[in-house]
Amino acid sequence: MAVSYTSQREIEVYRFSLPVTVLVPLLAVFLQAFIPLRFPFFLHFDLPLLVVIFFAMARRNPTAGLLTGAAVGLLQDSLTGHPIGLYGIAKTVVGYGASSLGVKLDVENAGTRLLITVGFYIVHQVLYFTIARGLVGLDLGWSWPHELLAAVANALLGVFLFALMDKLKQRA
Amino acid sequence: MENLMGRYRNVSILAAAIFLQIVGLAVQVKVKRQADNESSSLIRVWAVTTVTPLEKGIVRLQAGGNRIWSNYLYLRGVRQENRALQQQIQQLQLEQVRLRQDAEQAKRLQALLGFKEQFIAKTAAAQVIGSSGSEQSRIVYLDKGTNQGIAADMAVISSDGVVGKVIRVFANTSQVLLINDQSSGVGAILEQSRLQGILKGKASGELVLDKIMSDEEVKPGEKVLTSGGDQIFPKGLPIGSVTRVSTGGQFLQVTLQPSASLNHLEEVLVITEKQDREPGTASGSTAARAADILAQRLPSVPDKPETPAASSGQSAAQGSTATQNAGPPATKTQLTGAVPAPKPPAATDQDPKTAKPLAAKPVVVPVSKPATNTVQPPAPSQAQPPSQAPGDTPQ
Repeated sequence: MAVSYTSQREIEVYRFSLPVTVLVPLLAVFLQAFIPLRFPFFLHFDLPLLVVIFFAMARRNPTAGLLTGAAVGLLQDSLTGHPIGLYGIAKTVVGYGASSLGVKLDVENAGTRLLITVGFYIVHQVLYFTIARGLVGLDLGWSWPHELLAAVANALLGVFLFALMDKLKQRA
Repeated sequence: MENLMGRYRNVSILAAAIFLQIVGLAVQVKVKRQADNESSSLIRVWAVTTVTPLEKGIVRLQAGGNRIWSNYLYLRGVRQENRALQQQIQQLQLEQVRLRQDAEQAKRLQALLGFKEQFIAKTAAAQVIGSSGSEQSRIVYLDKGTNQGIAADMAVISSDGVVGKVIRVFANTSQVLLINDQSSGVGAILEQSRLQGILKGKASGELVLDKIMSDEEVKPGEKVLTSGGDQIFPKGLPIGSVTRVSTGGQFLQVTLQPSASLNHLEEVLVITEKQDREPGTASGSTAARAADILAQRLPSVPDKPETPAASSGQSAAQGSTATQNAGPPATKTQLTGAVPAPKPPAATDQDPKTAKPLAAKPVVVPVSKPATNTVQPPAPSQAQPPSQAPGDTPQ
């Protein structure tokens, strides 16, 4: 597994055009809301989370990462029946963490991306459930086997999607 | 100090972003508990307004394509299917006659006991255009909102059974909480054993009937209906059937298979208006009036009015309990054959395409039939019970 530490100078920082910055997260939220109507198993995936991780790792800027996470999370929250902010907080932390990690790791490698996505999916779910139960008092069920399987499934999809979205990157 | 700020700039922004969202959450939770009202509805409106038009467009495009394909192109086996359906219709018609007689009898008995039921008076057909996209929140979006008469807390059903209830309404969209969401709760009753419980959803999306004592017996396969106790769903709508019963603790864990396909919803009906009324429908009233006519024509009716001027409806009202409960007192015009128009039939603005399967199944609480303006000779099944009513003499 090629997880190599890199110095700050070697790191390539990318940026995205405005349409990509706006439309890709919107498309992810839209597809997340629409696809499960036809294919219910898609509820196990979290496309907006994958987009947050990708943007955060590519930009390598913690502030940009956390703001992207917050915006996408809040938009996703708006479509659920729960109070707004649950996904917002979880994705803010993931966006910050992914961009901070992007500074230290070679995130262009497929293996690294797989591991990072598995890790951040679990962090995201733990945060979501903790906030939902602790702050809001929602009675949500937690199942480790389910979450671990979902994490791997999301990571596999993530590796494929990241390769696709790499084409949208522009060197800063 | 500036160095310190610069060094921890990102962490500070992270902390600020999280803090703001936590405050936002706290405000919402507080407002929700106090007034059951959303303080942040504006952001929901923005999100829904952004996402749903695209969903609507795609759903309509897809529906149009499907219609063209299934109505004009893919017609293989249609003749054979048509023949099979014709045979099925004939069988169902025979069965319907028997069921109608049973239903009439049940209505008369309910009328005798003075039962009141909630009837579905008006429905609106709507199309499912989106979902929450989250396993933790089982919600779907409909393409109808306040502009089409939808309001919060309205029940949503499909041709197969109960789907959920409307929780938020926007101008042209509404949000429906499915019955298998973890925060959902529906009053339910087992069809055979008449045990009542509360229907809830689990994290996995399974439906569970809760609050049934563990010493009760529940058999797999038994049907579960709405009990009407939640004041949202009318009584008697099918919810599902029992698939698994497990014991442990004070209550049974009864797992259900929902009647409605909650994972593949396309078109649903929103119950926009309910009515509290006695179960005697137009046909039931006709039967009661026929009984009044018979009672008046018979010479040996014991409670005959003393004066001819007195309304014959009084005697009819005194004649039998069934008459008192089942319909309005008979008037002179009724006795001569002309009956004032009974209550108009329940209005529905549902899409005929959607309404058809719903009406064909005994899913929905009966909607009153169109009334006639003349008294028809009572059918044998309708005439029999009035002759058994107290005060009536058999011919």
